Amino acid sequence: MILNLALLLLFQLAGEVTARALSLPVPGPVIGLAALVLAFLAVPGLAGRMQPTAGGLLAHLSLLFVPAGVGVVGHLGVLGAQGGPLLLALIGSTVLAIAVGAGVFVGVQRLTGGAE
Amino acid sequence: MTEFAEIWSYLSETPLLWLAATLGAYVVGDGLSRASGRKPYVNPVLIAVVILAAILWASGTPYATYFEGAQFVHFMLGPATVALAAPLYANLSHVRRVALPLIAALLAGSITAILSALGIAWALGVRGETLLSLAPKSATAPVALGISEQIGGSPTLTAVLVILTGIIGAIVVTPLLNLLRIRDWRARGFAVGVAAHGIGTARAFQVNETAGAFAGIGMGLNAILTAILAPLVAGWISAL
Repeated sequence: MILNLALLLLFQLAGEVTARALSLPVPGPVIGLAALVLAFLAVPGLAGRMQPTAGGLLAHLSLLFVPAGVGVVGHLGVLGAQGGPLLLALIGSTVLAIAVGAGVFVGVQRLTGGAE
Repeated sequence: MTEFAEIWSYLSETPLLWLAATLGAYVVGDGLSRASGRKPYVNPVLIAVVILAAILWASGTPYATYFEGAQFVHFMLGPATVALAAPLYANLSHVRRVALPLIAALLAGSITAILSALGIAWALGVRGETLLSLAPKSATAPVALGISEQIGGSPTLTAVLVILTGIIGAIVVTPLLNLLRIRDWRARGFAVGVAAHGIGTARAFQVNETAGAFAGIGMGLNAILTAILAPLVAGWISAL
C-alpha cells in the first residue's frame, strides 16, 4: 500500500520534472501515467501488485474534484452577463462531442471489420 | 457562546475542519447517488459542491481558508491520474484491437467539442477573451488553463467552464448514449473521456470498469490534442 503510493508519487514526480524540463504541453501526471504503463509492460508483476491501490483511488475519483468544484462556485460571477450563452454552448458542445465521439468509434469499428 | 467562539477559532486555524467537511459532503453525495441506483442526474460531485458552497456561504468562510483543508484531497488528483495506468494496462489488448476507431473518435470528438462550443457561443453573441476561454474546455484542467493563457483567454473563466463541462458530461452521457443505442463500453467511455475529461472519467468508472479505462485514455489523448488544436483554432478566430 505505502510502497504503491510511493511509486505513484515517484512516477508523478518524474512526469512533472520531464514536462518542465522539456516544456511539454502535457501535464506531468499524464506523462507519469504513460511511464507507468511502460513500467507495467517491462515488469508484468508490477501491475498486479499496484491494482488494489489504483482501484481504490479510482473508485472515488469523483471526490478529488470536489475542492476545485467548490472554487468554481465562487467564480460563477465571471460568467457574467454571458452566463446564459456560455452555459448553452457548454451543454450543446458536450452533448455533440459525446455523441459524435461514440458514434465515430462504433462506425469506424464496423468499417474496419468490427472484430469483437 | 464564548466557548463556541473559542472552538470555532481553533477549528478555523487548522485544516481538519474543511478536510472533514469535504469528505463528509462527498459521503452524502455518494450515498445519495448510490441510493438512486447511480442515476446520472444525482451527481456526487455536484451534490458535495452545493453542500460545501452553502456551508462556506453561511459561515462566511473564504475559499482560501477552505482550500487549506481541502488541498489534501485536491492533491490526490495527480497520483490518481498516474493510477489510471492500471486499468489502461489491464485493457491494453482491447486498446490495440480498436486503435483505428480510437484515433478517429479522438479526432472527431475533440474537433467537435472545440468548434461546436465556439460556434454556439459565437452565434449567441459571445466574442473576444470570453470566446477564446471556451476553446480548451474539454481538456483536463491543468492543460486547459495553460492553453487558455497561451491563446489570450482568461484562465479563471476557463477553470469554471472546464468544471461545468465535466459535470454536464457526467450527467448527460448515460441517457444520451442510451438514446443513441450505443452499447459498446469502450466507445461510451472513450467519448466521455474526450468530451468531459476527469469528471466524465469518474462517472465512467462508476458505471463500468472498461468504460472507465477507455475514458482515462480519452482524457489523456485529448489533453494532448487540444493543446495542438486550440491554438490553431484561436489563430483562425483572431483572423476573422
